[in-house]
Amino acid sequence: MPEQEHKQPRRGVPAEDTPQEAAPARGSSGELAERIDDLLDEIDAVLEENAEEFVKNYVQKGGQ
Amino acid sequence: MIQAVHKVLGTETEFGIAVRGRPGYSPVTASNLVVAAAVGPRRVRWSYDEETPGRDARGFGPIGGDLDTGMLNAVLPNGARFYVDHAHPEYSTPECFDPLEGALYDKAGEAVLARVAAAARASLGPGEELLIYKNNSDGKGNSYGAHENYLMARAVPFAEIAAHLIPFLVTRQVFTGAGKVGSENGRPPAPYQISQRADFFEEEVGLETTLKRPIVNTRDEPHADPSAYRRLHVIVGDANLSETQVFLKLGSTALLLSALEMGALGRPVRLEDPVGAMWRVSHDPGLRRTIRLAGGKSVTPLEVQRHYLDLVERSFGGATADAVDRQVLELWGGTLDALETDPRSTADYLDWTAKLRLLEEYRQRDGLPWSHPKLRLLDLQYHDVAPERGLHRRLVEAGRMRRLFTDAEVQRASSEPPERTRAYFRGRCLARFGEAVAAANWDALVFDLGEGALTRVPMMDPLRGGRETVAELIDGSASAADLVRSLGGADARTGTQATPPGGSR
Repeated sequence: MPEQEHKQPRRGVPAEDTPQEAAPARGSSGELAERIDDLLDEIDAVLEENAEEFVKNYVQKGGQ
Repeated sequence: MIQAVHKVLGTETEFGIAVRGRPGYSPVTASNLVVAAAVGPRRVRWSYDEETPGRDARGFGPIGGDLDTGMLNAVLPNGARFYVDHAHPEYSTPECFDPLEGALYDKAGEAVLARVAAAARASLGPGEELLIYKNNSDGKGNSYGAHENYLMARAVPFAEIAAHLIPFLVTRQVFTGAGKVGSENGRPPAPYQISQRADFFEEEVGLETTLKRPIVNTRDEPHADPSAYRRLHVIVGDANLSETQVFLKLGSTALLLSALEMGALGRPVRLEDPVGAMWRVSHDPGLRRTIRLAGGKSVTPLEVQRHYLDLVERSFGGATADAVDRQVLELWGGTLDALETDPRSTADYLDWTAKLRLLEEYRQRDGLPWSHPKLRLLDLQYHDVAPERGLHRRLVEAGRMRRLFTDAEVQRASSEPPERTRAYFRGRCLARFGEAVAAANWDALVFDLGEGALTRVPMMDPLRGGRETVAELIDGSASAADLVRSLGGADARTGTQATPPGGSR
């Protein structure tokens, strides 16, 4: 069992960043916006297509 | 004052399920497909006739009737139970020794589901894909559970447990919520709320889990010696993706229950309207609104949590908390501070603030109103257990959310049992003598030694049967019959019961 927290390597973030700083914090606001845009672009690439239809079809009857 | 019981604990997660490319596909069929893929042709049956507490300990003899429901039900080598419950695949962790282990085995469930979803692909048509979500709502008024179980001393009156649990559970949402776009179940509209589940609670105390859900559930099935223990079944929680958050949820609740057993909680905080407070707290992501106490005073949810944290800290008296408990206390206190200052500062480890931050970024970039379907899709896909699609996973990999475990640790926990509870005995027996295990349950293993009557090995004490006491015995046994003989000379032919692993009591 791990006693200590393990940090994942972060893409594009200097290794000495603490988790709290991993979010915005560093660099100019331009760099930050760019980093967020990169992440959103990456997420766009894996998002299910046709959001409206997809969400409409997700129905789960009969749970606790 | 009662001696606090070591908090053996675990979680049960019902997963949402869908098949892309086949919109009308029944979740029941899909769930069966997933569980069948997990267990393969040779599976160990779950024995339902062990599901009643206080029954006669005689469990040997032919096992019958355990498959009458037609629902698939299996035991995994990590000691977990994996089955179809209602219309969902459900994973129950093995019995865990502490909240850190509980969080690890909770996450191991995601690894199991991701693996079987990939394996079940073979049974689907081209372009079709099984999608599995670790969440609690379809956004259309249908909810499915993420339950927690804690071992407790039977001697604490249930009314006392309920009185403290209600204010604690209503307010712990601020750090247990997984976040949700919109509201359901007739609650007032909300663009975004803290909890997936809060809208669905309609009673204060009761036995139901599917209708008129109560904040405190009264199910009384200890799966252990019923004269000494109860198993507290908590049904209000959200399924969490954040490892830290599962740890905090289990850890804070376990510590609260221990303090309750020790009589350290004083008079309960009485809420004027607990059911109303449940959704009101959830509908206030700014965490500034107050809830009313009986008698007219108003408090914030964070104040109620601070009150309980303070009492829990004091319950240790001069004694030093162990390392895991210290970690829980620090995280609990630190989280309340962070939420007080700025809830957004917890976006690196709380699901609801992480999801909110992502949604806000999308809203800003694309100019989306809260009603836009893309936001609901982001909400749903945050919970996808497939590593390549799940948005929680994307945030972890982008360095935006922290972890407690490595992938290797989670994978290992998905196939190997915890080492300090009876789950070790169950899991190791399955791994080593799987062909001879006829059925399994939380508190017993039933062996078919090929000699007529079946032999039942009772495991009534959750803390017995760990690695320290049984590893040598299991590893040194050449066969299941050998093991059963070593356990106490059970005679399979006469159906004598074997002694519990870890010695007779």
